[in-house]
Amino acid sequence: MPEQREGAALVTGASRGLGEAIAKRVAADGWAVGVGYESNAEKAAAVVREIEDAGGRAVALGGDLAADGVVDSHFRALEDQFGRVLVVVNCAGVNRDNLSPQIDDEDWAKVIDTNLTAAFRTSRRAIPPMLRARFGRIVNIASVSALRANPGQSNYAASKAGVIAMSKTIAAEVARRGVTVNVVAPGFIRSDMTDVLDRDMVSMIPARRLGTPEEVASVVGFLISDDAGYVTGATLPVDGGISA
Amino acid sequence: MATATPEAVEARIVEALASFGPDADQVTREATFEELDIDSLDLVELAQIVEDDYGVELKGDDMKSLRTVGDAIDLVVARAQ
Repeated sequence: MPEQREGAALVTGASRGLGEAIAKRVAADGWAVGVGYESNAEKAAAVVREIEDAGGRAVALGGDLAADGVVDSHFRALEDQFGRVLVVVNCAGVNRDNLSPQIDDEDWAKVIDTNLTAAFRTSRRAIPPMLRARFGRIVNIASVSALRANPGQSNYAASKAGVIAMSKTIAAEVARRGVTVNVVAPGFIRSDMTDVLDRDMVSMIPARRLGTPEEVASVVGFLISDDAGYVTGATLPVDGGISA
Repeated sequence: MATATPEAVEARIVEALASFGPDADQVTREATFEELDIDSLDLVELAQIVEDDYGVELKGDDMKSLRTVGDAIDLVVARAQ
C-alpha cells in the first residue's frame, strides 16, 4: 500500500462494476475514498470492507446525486473525516435504451440528470477547495457511445458527449491552478450487461475481447496521479480499438 | 473561524489578492479587479477563502457585482454580521 495521501477522493457509482474497480484502485493509490452509491447500501458496504481489509480507507455515501443537497452532504462527510476532497471520479451512470421515438421524457431526463448533471454538480462543488490546494483531479467516465453512433442510445450518447464537452471546458477554466479534468471513455467492458453480447459484436472490437473494469481503473489511476499533471481536457478511450 | 472585523477582513482579502499576482501595495480599496489583473478564477478562489475563514458564502451573482477591492471587503463584512 503506497503512502497515504492527504485529503479524500469521491468515486460515484462505486458499489459495483467499473465504479467499484475504480474505488479500489483509488484507495490502493493511497486516497481515502468515498464510495458513492444510489441505493445498494449492502454492496457499497462490501466495497468499503474490501478496501479496509486491503489496508485502505473508505466510507460509503448513499443518495441520489440528482437530488438537492446530496452532493454537498457527500463532500461534507468526506471533509469532516478525511480533509479536502482532491480527487473526484464521476462514474455514476444509468441507461434507458430505446430507439429515439420510444424514449419518453422521463427516460431522457433520468439519463441526462444522472450521467451529466450529477457530474457537473460534483465538479462544481469540488473545484473551489481544489483551487486553494493548488491540486485537483477530476475524472469523468464517458463512453465510446459518445464517440461513435450506437443506435438505441441517443439519450445515453447525449449525456456522455455532454460530459466530454463539459470536461474540456472546465479543464480550460481551472488548469492554471494545478487542477486537471479528464475523461475516460470505456468501450465494451465485462459486466452483467455485456455478458449478453454475442460473438458478432465482440468480433467488431479490434482487440477481439471485452475490456475489464481493472483496465479502465488503471487509466483512471494514471490520470489522478502526480505523473498526469500535464494531461487535462483529454478524452482517453479504453475500448480495445473500437473507436479508432 | 476567524473574527470578521473590518480590519481583519481587509487584511485577509488584501493578502489573498496579492497572492494571485499583484504587488501588495497596489491592492487598495479603490483598486478595481481589472486594474489588478484579477480574473474570475481568482474571485472563485477568493470566495472559497472567505467561506473557509469567515463562513460567508459568496454566490455567482455576488461575484458579478464586485468591481473593486473595497466592494469585496464591504460585502464580506456585511454578510459576516
